[in-house]
Amino acid sequence: MAIELTAEDEAMLAGEEGTAVQMAMRILVTMAGVYGAARLLDVASAHIDGCLYHGYSGLEFAERLVAGGARVRIPTTLNVGAVDLLHPEHFQGNPQLAARATRLMQAYEEMGCQPIWTCAPYQAMHRPAFGTDVAWAESNAIVFANSVLGAHTNRYGDFIDICMAITGRAPAFGLHLPENRRGQLLFRLEGIPERLLHEDVLFPVLGYLLGKAAQSKIPVIEGLLPETTEDQLKALGAAAASSGAVALFHAVGVTPEAPTLEAAFQGRPYDQTIPVTLADLRRTLARLGTAEDGKIHVVALGSPHFSLTEFAALMPLLAQYPIHPEVEFIVCSNRLALAALQQRGWLERLRAMGVRLVVDTCVVVAPIVRHQGGVLMTNSGKFAHYAPGNIGFEVVFGSLAECVRSAAQGVVWRDEGLWR
Amino acid sequence: MNQTAYQATILVPGTAVGEALVLPEPLSLWGGLNPETGEIIDRRHPCAGQVVTGKVLVLPAGRGSSSASSILLEAVRLGTAPAAIITAAVDGILALGAAVAREMYDHSPPVLVLDEAGYTAVQTGDTLQINEDGRVDIL
Repeated sequence: MAIELTAEDEAMLAGEEGTAVQMAMRILVTMAGVYGAARLLDVASAHIDGCLYHGYSGLEFAERLVAGGARVRIPTTLNVGAVDLLHPEHFQGNPQLAARATRLMQAYEEMGCQPIWTCAPYQAMHRPAFGTDVAWAESNAIVFANSVLGAHTNRYGDFIDICMAITGRAPAFGLHLPENRRGQLLFRLEGIPERLLHEDVLFPVLGYLLGKAAQSKIPVIEGLLPETTEDQLKALGAAAASSGAVALFHAVGVTPEAPTLEAAFQGRPYDQTIPVTLADLRRTLARLGTAEDGKIHVVALGSPHFSLTEFAALMPLLAQYPIHPEVEFIVCSNRLALAALQQRGWLERLRAMGVRLVVDTCVVVAPIVRHQGGVLMTNSGKFAHYAPGNIGFEVVFGSLAECVRSAAQGVVWRDEGLWR
Repeated sequence: MNQTAYQATILVPGTAVGEALVLPEPLSLWGGLNPETGEIIDRRHPCAGQVVTGKVLVLPAGRGSSSASSILLEAVRLGTAPAAIITAAVDGILALGAAVAREMYDHSPPVLVLDEAGYTAVQTGDTLQINEDGRVDIL
């Protein structure tokens, strides 16, 4: 099928705006063909994942673009890199790798991308308006942009993300088109105690369950409270995008495209209703961990990156339950949160309490953890999913309070009332 | 006589000749292929330990992470990539890796999609010829 290009698209393809733009447009046109898109459309902003180092060829690609005069033409933010540029001493790996990973990050900065280095750009002032087409990469950011903000993006990734940022164009297919955004599966919460619906720990578990069952379909959740918080939806989406390829979910009465059940399905019938009971959630909870409750070596929080609200919940817990000296306690966040922590005097207190605060990167994409293997405890569904394969740790999953109290005694502590 | 030529849909064009390696399950190249050796390293995959270099890699689809395109690009750079890739369903991530490789290194494995009749006709060990127009010959 021929792709309909505008005069501006044709000019870019002909090289009138330089070789980098030309290469980016060639790649976009090829990909539009692959996805069966009839045309390209304008995108208002981009979030780039390609700044994380996966091999020398990725660096050659970015440096080729820079040499060809590439500049982003829409507001563009950067996802995590492999190095905490403010605290490079956190990097525990090979120095040559760190140097190349840093060069890659610099190349993306040179193209005019905003160096916010976070997987939660939506909590670092990059919040596209409802209904806007955007070009976002990073699975949790994609699901948040689509579901919570109601912006329109597909599951984009390395290479194509920067091609869209420097041309301002994206293939018109998939979730850019409103008719493709209707829900496909209904998950109905049944008999979940209201107390648990307020608990943060419910959300990564529910998200993990959803992702496994929905895979790449669009799930609709019925039964969440209208006061469900942004951080809870963030945790739900990140977990669903780890166990499955979820790019968009609707929560009836909570997310913007689902004021009602009917709206979530755009008035059409749906494939299937899946009940979610307390027993189902307990089974998923058991699957999130790989180790029995016992001794732990590391607590890692902040995937997606920890927000200021999450720090506000962490501070009093840590003051009450000081970290055991043998437990490594790491929180991953972004620079904006770091500055706010500094301003409040919290940063100094966190450091004095033994917290390692990491920005620009995170523990499952870079060698940050000092322990060589062992058991890592987290309240993040995404860390729980990726830590065993990526960095070789066994995992224990728990609530924020369970993580802090476990870090205090060096052995897993459980809040027995939580899942009843 | 069996049909020995099938028309494929071209995602990324090119020509190649090679021995078919048919994977019974999807494979995520990220965490699934070592670009330094061309070896399948996903230990849960039935073809773990096989080497894809120079083969026509035939698989239902990729799986998982978008970083798979980076691994394919790295394999092309290091000369460990398959000669061609044939899938049963459109896989944008593999096509993207090949499209970028063509830009960066002036060559890439062609990526094609075969319909069910063609896809099921190909067996591991067959010699396949991929033509510029997307015709796949079983030699």
